[in-house]
Amino acid sequence: MERVRQRLFAVLLIVGFFAAWEVLCVALGVSDLILPRPSQILATLIARAPVLWPHMLQTLGTTMLGFALGVLTGLVIGAVIGVSRLAYDTAYPLLIGFSSIPKVAVVPIFVLWFGSGTVPAVLTSLVICFFPIVVNIATGLATTEPELEDVLKALGASKLDILWNVGLPRTMPFFFASLKVAVTYAFVGTVLAETVASNRGIGNVMMAASSNFDVPLAFAGLFILAGLGIALYAAFSLVEARVTGWATRKREIAV
Amino acid sequence: MTAIASLPRAPDAPADRLGAKAIELEDAAVTFGRGPAAVAALAPTTLDIRAGEFLALVGPSGCGKSTILKLAAGLIQPSRGAVIVGGREAGAKALRIGMAFQNPTMLPWLTIERNVMLPLRIVEPFRSQFRAKRRTAFRDRAHALLDQVGLRAFAGHYPWQLSGGMLQRANLCRALIHEPQLLLLDEPFGALDQFTREELWGVLQDLWIDRRPTVLLVTHDLREAGYLAGRICVMSARPGRILDDSPVAFARPRTVAMTYEPDFVSLNHRLRDLIVSARAGSA
Repeated sequence: MERVRQRLFAVLLIVGFFAAWEVLCVALGVSDLILPRPSQILATLIARAPVLWPHMLQTLGTTMLGFALGVLTGLVIGAVIGVSRLAYDTAYPLLIGFSSIPKVAVVPIFVLWFGSGTVPAVLTSLVICFFPIVVNIATGLATTEPELEDVLKALGASKLDILWNVGLPRTMPFFFASLKVAVTYAFVGTVLAETVASNRGIGNVMMAASSNFDVPLAFAGLFILAGLGIALYAAFSLVEARVTGWATRKREIAV
Repeated sequence: MTAIASLPRAPDAPADRLGAKAIELEDAAVTFGRGPAAVAALAPTTLDIRAGEFLALVGPSGCGKSTILKLAAGLIQPSRGAVIVGGREAGAKALRIGMAFQNPTMLPWLTIERNVMLPLRIVEPFRSQFRAKRRTAFRDRAHALLDQVGLRAFAGHYPWQLSGGMLQRANLCRALIHEPQLLLLDEPFGALDQFTREELWGVLQDLWIDRRPTVLLVTHDLREAGYLAGRICVMSARPGRILDDSPVAFARPRTVAMTYEPDFVSLNHRLRDLIVSARAGSA
């Protein structure tokens, strides 16, 4: 009952938000050059769908590729610094420095190296999304209970045995939680690079639309990005709930 | 129980015969750190533990009891002297070792049954048999063991569904599933209430009488030591030395009622006085 009510309120808030937007635009006579009404944006979305569709696929594809590479990079680095104290102490300062660079600043450099287009977009989404994965994997691996490690070592377990039987499964909730965050970051990276240096993708569509004062189209792009972002987040939340249910089920009543 | 009997036992190490030396500390000392920051955890100590013996280590906190346990497990190396386990240098895995701590450390993503079977995935010769047909036999063995500690009905439950006492029973099962010749227990019942603790003394005593592994038990509870052990060593404050080493002669199986009889109470008093003076000596 409580959950149904929560859901209902959430839906009401979203509907109310768009209704208020529509009504205020009409009531205050806001020009659609400044802020188009949601109904206009929706109409633009439908009318321009054939044009927007390939751009959306481009953005989605670039994001997923950058994300996949980011996950791979994050997994490897996270595993290495999570298992080895020495690697952790050695590499952490560099990683912190690297992650604190505003990622917009690296796009021109990628363009310099690889030209404009898909490659800098993939690389930007990679560098922006791998860090949360590194941190979560490393934390998950480093927090194995020392007593359990002693029990297993006394059995003659190798480091690999412990990693396989304890470290990796224990890290899964951290890993999947970080995937949700990382996929959203990867998305930001792609759009960022597309707006700066690409002639394809939603980011590019929005830049072109804004220089043509085609404001409804720019907003249509924004809506597509929001939709994609929500869909990706939801997809990885679902995977997380499936794979690491054991970590979130503790609230059920004990025997 | 038939399932256990039908499984091939690993070839017995020489030290498996009752009475042979299972653990020998030869003038073994442990110091953590170096230079001025060095902390002597264990003063040079000589101690023999025979196979099948149940030895309890008692003493003030921080006196090096757990250090001796870790030496026997091969988890740390002595700074000087030698530690021989099963006739070989500690850590050489001459004996199969089972270990249990106060924290049951069950893996939350596995059922109790699979948690208990974890050592079989790691220790030879079980490990290489695990994938093949042996799996059902292993499960039967886990069930038999869980049955013995009264947890048979909970084999398919997850750790968060069990109480602290139940988890500690499962922890004992996990420490015993691979038929260790040496069982190392570090305050296994320290976090439990008194009634659960006394109940588990009985469980542990039965398991020991059944299998007769060599047991090294670290505890703060003098009644626990008197109930379970065949021999009690009292240690001094840090750096630990063995102050007193005496056998406990009460007949087995022992009962909780026995712990209130005059002989038992006077043993407790004697141990207590030794520890109190050891603590005073360090202050």
